[in-house]
Amino acid sequence: MADDSSRIGILEQLKRAFAICKKDIRIYYVKGPVLIFGILIPLFLFAAFLIGRAVNSGFLVSSLMSMTIFFSATAVVPTIMPWESQAKTLERLVSSPVSITAIVLGDILASFFFGALFSLVPLGLGLAMGVAVINPGILLAAVLLASFCFSSLAAILSTRPTDVPSNVMMLSTFVKFPLLFISGIFVSIEELPEWGRLIASLSPLTYFTDLARFSIEGTSYYPLPLSIVALTSFALLFFAVAVKLHERNTSKRL
Amino acid sequence: MKNVIDAVNLTKGYGPITAVDRVSFTVESGEFFGFLGPNGAGKTTTIRMLTGVIKPDSGTAYVKGHDIRREAIEAKQVMGILPETANAYVDLTAWQNLMFLGELYGVSRPLRRERAAQLLKELGLYERKDQIVKGFSKGMKQRLLVCMALLSDPRILVLDEPTSGLDVQSARLIKEMLQGLNRKGVTIFITTHNMEEANQLCDRVAIINHGRIAVIDQPEKLRVMSEELQSIEIAFDRPVEIESLAKLPSVVDEKKMGDKVRLYTQDPNGLINQIVDYARGEGLRFTALNMLTPSLEDVFVKLTKK
Repeated sequence: MADDSSRIGILEQLKRAFAICKKDIRIYYVKGPVLIFGILIPLFLFAAFLIGRAVNSGFLVSSLMSMTIFFSATAVVPTIMPWESQAKTLERLVSSPVSITAIVLGDILASFFFGALFSLVPLGLGLAMGVAVINPGILLAAVLLASFCFSSLAAILSTRPTDVPSNVMMLSTFVKFPLLFISGIFVSIEELPEWGRLIASLSPLTYFTDLARFSIEGTSYYPLPLSIVALTSFALLFFAVAVKLHERNTSKRL
Repeated sequence: MKNVIDAVNLTKGYGPITAVDRVSFTVESGEFFGFLGPNGAGKTTTIRMLTGVIKPDSGTAYVKGHDIRREAIEAKQVMGILPETANAYVDLTAWQNLMFLGELYGVSRPLRRERAAQLLKELGLYERKDQIVKGFSKGMKQRLLVCMALLSDPRILVLDEPTSGLDVQSARLIKEMLQGLNRKGVTIFITTHNMEEANQLCDRVAIINHGRIAVIDQPEKLRVMSEELQSIEIAFDRPVEIESLAKLPSVVDEKKMGDKVRLYTQDPNGLINQIVDYARGEGLRFTALNMLTPSLEDVFVKLTKK
């Protein structure tokens, strides 16, 4: 007969996920190159966007926030499992009383905080340039949803059972850059042809960009509830798929 | 609960190879149980199924009543585990590694701080608790991993080759700690290649070969059961052709061991008489004559020889 007092509840698993989040931040995120990456990349993108172009500043800031949160939230997560597999820390982690769901959630949470934090850099630059945020509550919700959504997407990219991080980065780049160009960042959705708008609607980045534009410029292409529901749905779908794939592939890494 | 570990027909295959084939065994509460086998026998695969790291293809295991297939988290919660291929996080300090493990096991902050300090002191690492693990020697890293396995104060310890490749001091420290824990009632499941270690530590051993259990019994009983592995070790005042000794009627096998010869027999008394007659006939003087019972290593080699 099992000892029922030892059942581990969801709340306890969430605490353990948060412990993994803290461990990831300590090992993978609070590092000079990573922090510099988070600040410099938005700055360079800002400059690249601005030079030789007469760009509406609200459009500029929302586009830059999109690029920053997308790159920041997908930068590190794909490499965590391969690194842990290579460093032989993964089996120690998997043999602990923590579910795969909690391990994946922990990795995602670390990336979520990183992505959300660094999205403030282009926002800060925009505010310094005189851009105003009309709907800060919507922007905050969009940043949080998008950061979780893109972190979960990155978790899917890390499911390949390899212990060589560069293998994962290649796949990650192959997925991320096309998404960047179809998501209304460089050209607004209204200006895209019919087929372009159809493709854009399949990208979660499109909905964050639209929400960011709404928060700053007061206008959007999609109805507000649609963007929020779409972003939330993508986030839940990516999270579920990431957990499922990691449950299947984690033992293959050992 | 008498049996704290109950493995029932655990089976795992990788493609055409069956790594573990219907392995069953039980471990009683407070027992020190050894799991022995040559490389590739299926020890680590068995432990990984037992600790829920990989799923069996068929069969299951119960750890304190928790089915490892359906209640993996609860089963892991009651075990302290030291996998063979495990590392601490080298970018963290020893203390940070322990605090992290404590959080994974749901140990409260005051308790994990208290236990971490105590364990680090017992294993001689307290002065280095704030040092990054990257600078630790292999022995120190292994001692830290033992601390991590013990932090949750488990009543069941599962250790895969805990002293393999370690310096003598670290190996001894770990063995003494394990013996101390076992005396306090902790159940210990250990895999090892070191026959002497298994002989010293284990109440019972299971020998696995080609994915199947060859035998499970107390080390002493295994040695006594292997009558043909009794031997007489002899040395003379001058070298002797081993082939001439091998022709003695009671010899079943022979082995040269440096300046000595070991003759295996099922009739030690008869063989001694034959050796004495031989020595007298050849004008030889004995410099060594020992009657040896089979070692656990002898039993192991016999059972696992291909």
